Amino acid sequence: MVKKQFMPKWFYQLASPKWCYQISGTLLPYFLITALVLLTAGLVWGFAFAPQDYQQGNSFRIIYIHVPSAILAQSIYLTMAIAGGIGIIWKMKVADMVAYACAPIGASMAFIALLTGAIWGKPTWGSWWVWDARLTSMLILLFLYFGVMALYSAMEKPETAARSVAILALVGLVNIPIIKYSVDWWNTLHQPATFTLTEKPAMPVEMWLPLLVMVIGFYCFFASALMLRLRNEILNREKRAGWVKQLVSGQ
Amino acid sequence: MKVFWAELSRDLLLAYRRKGDLLNPLLFFVMVLALFPLGVSPAPDFLSQLAPGVLWVAALLAALLSLDNLFKSDFEDGTLEQLLLSSESTYPIALAKALVHWLTTGLPLALLAPLLAVMLFLPSHAIPTLVVSLLIGTPTLSLIGAIASALTVGLKKGGVLISLLVIPLYIPVLIFGASAVQNATQHLPVQAYLAILGSMLALSIVLAPFAIAASLRVSVSS
Repeated sequence: MVKKQFMPKWFYQLASPKWCYQISGTLLPYFLITALVLLTAGLVWGFAFAPQDYQQGNSFRIIYIHVPSAILAQSIYLTMAIAGGIGIIWKMKVADMVAYACAPIGASMAFIALLTGAIWGKPTWGSWWVWDARLTSMLILLFLYFGVMALYSAMEKPETAARSVAILALVGLVNIPIIKYSVDWWNTLHQPATFTLTEKPAMPVEMWLPLLVMVIGFYCFFASALMLRLRNEILNREKRAGWVKQLVSGQ
Repeated sequence: MKVFWAELSRDLLLAYRRKGDLLNPLLFFVMVLALFPLGVSPAPDFLSQLAPGVLWVAALLAALLSLDNLFKSDFEDGTLEQLLLSSESTYPIALAKALVHWLTTGLPLALLAPLLAVMLFLPSHAIPTLVVSLLIGTPTLSLIGAIASALTVGLKKGGVLISLLVIPLYIPVLIFGASAVQNATQHLPVQAYLAILGSMLALSIVLAPFAIAASLRVSVSS
């Protein structure tokens, strides 16, 4: 019987830790350089050249860190859950490792988003923390990351840990929209207009272009951080494999 | 269906034989609620404002507390392994387990809640809503909690970990449950909240048993 292949060939190649190690080694420098260039350019552009906000003055510039990290925190959770799902369905070791590598990066992104949100909140809303719907759902996302990381560290065998975490991540993925909408609803009910961050005018091009650069830069940074952690994890888990021994002793 | 009833009656019998365990979540619920007047303020006005949220948070914590033992004894004596090895589908088994957890914690909590609501000066016209919201909301808590319980059953120290995994997932239920009671105290309509609690229950009845069964397989195989 011919085995049916539902996915393109590269997908199956990804299952090989060795191939994955090599391809990520080739791709890594490109992503790293792109990330560095985009982040530097975006930061300089956003902090020094983008025009001031007519209401918030210079304090709005933290948006160039806040928004990308918030976007990343969410997409990393998605990546983690999808990688976990692939790990469950196709029993792919590399997908498990990707999910494992995602969690701390995502947690730090969520933390950065909360921290910059707090710093931004002080001049804008007059307090470090506001039970705003977005802040609250980001906080809950951070809790979800902590749960995933705690479950990882509680389990000894990496294979079972990976499958448990994948289930948890998928359950969390179903829950994220529910949490998001319930928090939105809760907030509009309980605090109709504590702070009136009036409807922002659509950002002018000079403002959102550096933001776009920063977002792409953050994605590239995430990709490079993920690959670095992944390569580390592959070497760690495959240390009994011949090619790893060869690689380590060869250097 | 036969498997479901067999599992249900077996677990209920087991729960009935260990009456002490049945009482613990209720005692916890009462004690936590007694802490609030002591810790915050005994003024009736203030307490009646606080009551909807506090009652719901205490019920949530009480349901959380009893999750640790949901699969533990079955896991330790090998019953769980036999259940998963049997040719029957695991969906009804997982559903029955979660239902027993609800029957032994959520249901008594909901029935006990009116008494404590009176002690916390919740306006009496809001009490039916409180009971109904707990009746619809706590089964969801049991179903979601059973996933975390199944994930951690193989671990030696699962207790705190369960709370970490489950609390973020409990937030929507808490929001709508407490909001329903809050609205009832102000004579506002509550049907929408109860409907949302009901839809969350429907969703978790459909999906959660799959996650529970998958988690149990992982825990047993390790």
